[in-house]
Amino acid sequence: MADGQSNTTERFLPQTGLQHLIDLLTTDGYEVIGPQLDQGAIVYDTLTSVDDLPRGWTDRQEAGTYRLEQRNDDALFGYVVGPHSWKQYLFPPLTTISTADRTDAGWEFQTPSEPPPRRAFLGVRACELAAMKVQDRVFMGGVYVDPAYQRRREAAFIVAVNCTLAAPTCFCSSMGTGPQCTQGFDLVLTETDAGFLIESGSDRGAELLEQLPTREASESERDLGKAARQQAVDQMQRSLDTAGIRDLLLTNMEHPQWEEVGKRCLSCTNCTMVCPTCFCSSVTEVADLTGDHVERQRVWDSCFNIDFSYMNGGVVRNDVRSRYRQWLTHKLASWHDQFESSGCVGCGRCITWCPVGIDLTAEVAVIRGSGSATNEMHTDVAMQGET
Amino acid sequence: MPHRTVTPGPAALTHDPWLSHSVRIERLVEEMPGVATYDLVFDDPATAAAYTYQPGQFNMLYLPGVGEAAISISGDPGEPGHIPHTVREAGNVTHALAELKIGASLGLRGPFGSAWPVDVCIGGDVLLVAGGIGLAPLRPVIYALLRNRDQYGDITLLYGARSPEGLLYADEYTDWRSKGLDFQTTVDRGTAGWKGNVGVVTELLNRMSLPRPEQTWLMSCGPEVMMWYTIQAALARELSREQIYVSLERNMNCAVGLCGHCQFGPEFVCLDGPVFRYDRVESMMKVHDL
Repeated sequence: MADGQSNTTERFLPQTGLQHLIDLLTTDGYEVIGPQLDQGAIVYDTLTSVDDLPRGWTDRQEAGTYRLEQRNDDALFGYVVGPHSWKQYLFPPLTTISTADRTDAGWEFQTPSEPPPRRAFLGVRACELAAMKVQDRVFMGGVYVDPAYQRRREAAFIVAVNCTLAAPTCFCSSMGTGPQCTQGFDLVLTETDAGFLIESGSDRGAELLEQLPTREASESERDLGKAARQQAVDQMQRSLDTAGIRDLLLTNMEHPQWEEVGKRCLSCTNCTMVCPTCFCSSVTEVADLTGDHVERQRVWDSCFNIDFSYMNGGVVRNDVRSRYRQWLTHKLASWHDQFESSGCVGCGRCITWCPVGIDLTAEVAVIRGSGSATNEMHTDVAMQGET
Repeated sequence: MPHRTVTPGPAALTHDPWLSHSVRIERLVEEMPGVATYDLVFDDPATAAAYTYQPGQFNMLYLPGVGEAAISISGDPGEPGHIPHTVREAGNVTHALAELKIGASLGLRGPFGSAWPVDVCIGGDVLLVAGGIGLAPLRPVIYALLRNRDQYGDITLLYGARSPEGLLYADEYTDWRSKGLDFQTTVDRGTAGWKGNVGVVTELLNRMSLPRPEQTWLMSCGPEVMMWYTIQAALARELSREQIYVSLERNMNCAVGLCGHCQFGPEFVCLDGPVFRYDRVESMMKVHDL
């Protein structure tokens, strides 16, 4: 697991050196995962060659829109983030968390003990490093540690890549998470027309760096890198005003905007599926035909699913208004109470992949603009039941 | 990280939080149609020896192939060797549980969650207000208080149910009273032969004397609407918000704060609750569909 900060000066890696990096990681036993084109989007999948990377492509993103376009150069990392995040490798959409076997003596229970896949993530952006830190606190920072996440996280080797552009949906600057990668990686790359600038952020990153065909970066090469990174800062259009955001949202639980956004929201769960920090899950029982061997499979769930809040007394959050309010107040407000950080890293995926283009930064701005509303007392809440 | 009132018991922390223990139904009592109490014992003697729990905590009972249900422990924490769970048939898991017989094998994870403040209220008067099956999570409090009866002032239980048949644990009432519990019941609808109170449980609270409200602790479990009116009645009798504790219920799926289901505002009911001091949840209890 990468937790160090930049501890070496930048070195120069020629463009041909990237294949060396992939080969070294593969030789070390890592399955290298990186961005590539699939079905009209840039997604993360296993790769063995730099030729698998989306050379010369970029993404055009707006609220509810994602399109690939050809660039006028051969950049390998000339895009931002797509529908995938690294969450799918650390907190997989489906994981077996325990098994049960019927024996003559009764049920016997076990939890998986096989070693996790050794994976190297190539092309991790600053907002995604921040998202990993957020999920670290969720799965490893509390009273109980999730073994499935912990094993995968500790096994992962992280090659970050600094963004050299920003999409209109990006707002990491205002969340304090980017666009420059500052910590949480083993290696970090900045792509320029001439080649890569590379730094290590951990001991094992430094070890690998020594084996790469790098040389000392010249002043002009470092300036090129700086300019490329600055371009992402300069292109950033969107922002979320986070000043006092926890109290702002939690004192506006009856704001009319929840009703308003509830009319547009389809409750489709897209935002929670693409979000790199959303961690809600459910466990399903999968039995073999005899019923004697049962696996408990954890699958991603979403607070937008109607039965997510189901209890024996009924569904607590029965309308879209209350489900959107749960998602946004959790992400931006109560997350601070639970994990001492925001649950949002400003990657903009929820804006891009919302089929109706709901933009959380705009929703917050509306609530911020109109003061507080009063709470209503309840009388018809769900019944206390199966206790 | 947020303040948590209870750290997990040794049995819960010594292994993977997803791993169930093998348990067996040692004793089975049908309390009323659709409600039964299952006394569970561990197959593994070492696990049994290590297992302790506090009043108000719950276990995840697991029927392989069907699923898990969060069930509060309704036994005497001083005798953790066999662990009673009073269960109302309400969903898939509890329906399947109702099919099981004495000796049947199932899984158990726990104990989880926060506890009733039986230590905080030493020296004071204790008022327990329960509705229906809400008495089950409070029974460990009754056992714990009566076990150390001389450490407390007045101990009162006000218990309401829909009908006389809905009053749980009726065969223990004489014993509880003999050990110093001031105990009143009420029902929504009387039946032939019922000579007791008829009406809501808050009427009993309004009628009773509270000689020293500043040293009286209220613990309440039942339908949220019942708890809400009980709290209002207690506040009117000059109990402070810090002297009131409630047990809340939400959809608990993982029981260890990792799945997100049971969130109640910033609280994970499975970790921060189910027992909450009222001042911590008051503002959220006023929000619809939270």
